[in-house]
Amino acid sequence: MTPAPERVRRGWVRPLRRLAVGVLAGLAAAAIWELYTLLGPDAGGHLFGASLLPRAEARSMPHVWDVVARMLAPESSATGAPSVAVAMLQACWFTLRVALAGWLAGVVAGFGLAIGMQRFRLAESAVFPWVVLSQTVPLIALAPLVVGWGGKIQVGDLVWERWMSVALIASYLAFFPVAVGALRGLQSPEQAHVELFRAQAASPWRTFRSLRLPASVPYVIPALRLAAATAVVGAIVAEVSTGTKGGIGRLIIAYAQAASGDPAKPWAAIVGAALLGLVAAGLVSLLSLGLGRYRHSEVS
Amino acid sequence: MRLTRRTSGCMAAVAVTAALALTGCSGSDAAEPAASGGSAAADELTPVTLQLQWFTQAQFAGYYAALDQGYYEEEGLAVEIVEGGVDIVPQTVLADGSVDFAIAWVPKALASREQGAGITDVAQIFARSGTLQVSLKEAGITTAADLQGKKVGNWGYGNEFELFAGITAAGLDPAADVTLVQQQFDMNALLSGEIDAAQAMTYNEYAQVLEAENPATGELYTAEDFNVIDWNDEGTAMLQDAIWANTDKLASDADYEATTVKFIKASLKGWIYARDNAEAARDAVVAAGAQLGNSHQLWQTNEVNKLIWPSVAGIGMIDEAAWAQTVDVAMNTKNDQGASVISAAPSDDAYTNEYVTQALDELLAEGVDVTGEGFEPIDVTLEAGGN
Repeated sequence: MTPAPERVRRGWVRPLRRLAVGVLAGLAAAAIWELYTLLGPDAGGHLFGASLLPRAEARSMPHVWDVVARMLAPESSATGAPSVAVAMLQACWFTLRVALAGWLAGVVAGFGLAIGMQRFRLAESAVFPWVVLSQTVPLIALAPLVVGWGGKIQVGDLVWERWMSVALIASYLAFFPVAVGALRGLQSPEQAHVELFRAQAASPWRTFRSLRLPASVPYVIPALRLAAATAVVGAIVAEVSTGTKGGIGRLIIAYAQAASGDPAKPWAAIVGAALLGLVAAGLVSLLSLGLGRYRHSEVS
Repeated sequence: MRLTRRTSGCMAAVAVTAALALTGCSGSDAAEPAASGGSAAADELTPVTLQLQWFTQAQFAGYYAALDQGYYEEEGLAVEIVEGGVDIVPQTVLADGSVDFAIAWVPKALASREQGAGITDVAQIFARSGTLQVSLKEAGITTAADLQGKKVGNWGYGNEFELFAGITAAGLDPAADVTLVQQQFDMNALLSGEIDAAQAMTYNEYAQVLEAENPATGELYTAEDFNVIDWNDEGTAMLQDAIWANTDKLASDADYEATTVKFIKASLKGWIYARDNAEAARDAVVAAGAQLGNSHQLWQTNEVNKLIWPSVAGIGMIDEAAWAQTVDVAMNTKNDQGASVISAAPSDDAYTNEYVTQALDELLAEGVDVTGEGFEPIDVTLEAGGN
């Protein structure tokens, strides 16, 4: 028997529709942008001296098509200079890898902390406040410090590179949602289930593997996605802060210096950073595809 | 419950991606040290790191020229130039021992010294200040006194003291007689009229306004469209880019002292090269990965040359009068928060001409022109966006 045509269609129609909606949303954003440049005040909007609305003239808000055209033009007149789009994609690729390294480190650390806190009540009350407190330290204060330590670390043949400091800062942001989400997830099985395992004399490891870990999936997946987004933000901010060469954060600042004379250029880099966040979150969604059977109810 | 095949496949995929990402990162970095000028003979060379204040740009043309021309290697040094970032404070990085030398403005470095950073100015590269207050011609602001009642942009973070000293010297109260506006990286606020007079470096932001299109004419703005206040003329200029070294190491480490002389000598040679070959120096900077365009970098090289040359006492010599003026403004000027850069005069080891004198003597012995008395700036045509 052949599968019902309805089912086959649904298989590829749904992702296609989501893609179409995504593209439409992008177009709508571009249309709103253009509408504002048309109708917004050229001098910007001010209320009691505070700037409320952005300036709508072409130098502050270049047309969408100008930004696209700028992306395709060479970065500078230097011989062999890549186009802005190529430079942007290369920078995104660099930052994505650094963010991924930070995300992995953050996930491992966050999950490890969550397991520790779930297992030992004392650890939870001792560590959890510090986990929360860690996120109140401003990143711009932390970044130069981490780079400073980085210059002194040398373990065997491993030379501490600047990108590792950036990844470390990214992981510092990424571990938080994972630690919190995984802890809630690991604590989520109902008391009856936990007691059943205890009645069967299941070992703590067995309870963890067969009950708590599967139960934590609906909590962990959104946490991982959130961690991916924060890892990207952390990597970009750390790049800006430390001037790490090669990444999109650095590119944004470098292009921003040309903002008065070449207003479309910095926007090209900002678009790149936005795409990067989408790609990172998308990659984590791919990861969750394989865990579908545990995701009956997702909590964010 | 066992892991399903799909789940484990997924995890394997993650592991592989992660491994790729990590090796990819280290792979790309393996290519990086090429920029530091390492060579086959790197083993015999003394490794030296130099911390800049900002990204690769022609403000540091002399160091990149010295690297490109092999001047550092000739002195037996393998120099690695470390770029700055938004939150990197070069003098702090130097003081905590992460680098061997740093480029920093004198007032900012003096402030760090007062907070305990053990650093010494060993060569004053820029003899003049590059800070301007730029305004559109129609605003009619040509002296500090004209700033009265105007919206005056400044970057803050210690970049504002020449301006405040100038306003005070003109008999105005910076807190009451002008409206202070926090300025961004770009010059859009000036061009759109949000600021009447904006802070600008001759070699960077001033070029940015000349690279922007004038909506009235459809052409680029020209120097005739603007008035500038030059703090060198107003008498409140402060010393800027200087080479700083670690004070303790200078006192205790004879090898470091010898390295300092060699480093200064090769750096000065790089700056002399940049004076005589502005375009080649620009090319060295662009090749090192500057993201702003070619004409902008050439403009910057030329403007920076003007801050150095002609150098009466020889490039790098610290002029006592200019130092005293810097210290005076740093101690006695209050910003809008009522703070001054430093509260007491810096100790004697804040600067020394000992090493730069040795370096200059060696250069003179080689027949190099270290004063550039016949220096003439070149004409640079800026293109739209600095490209």
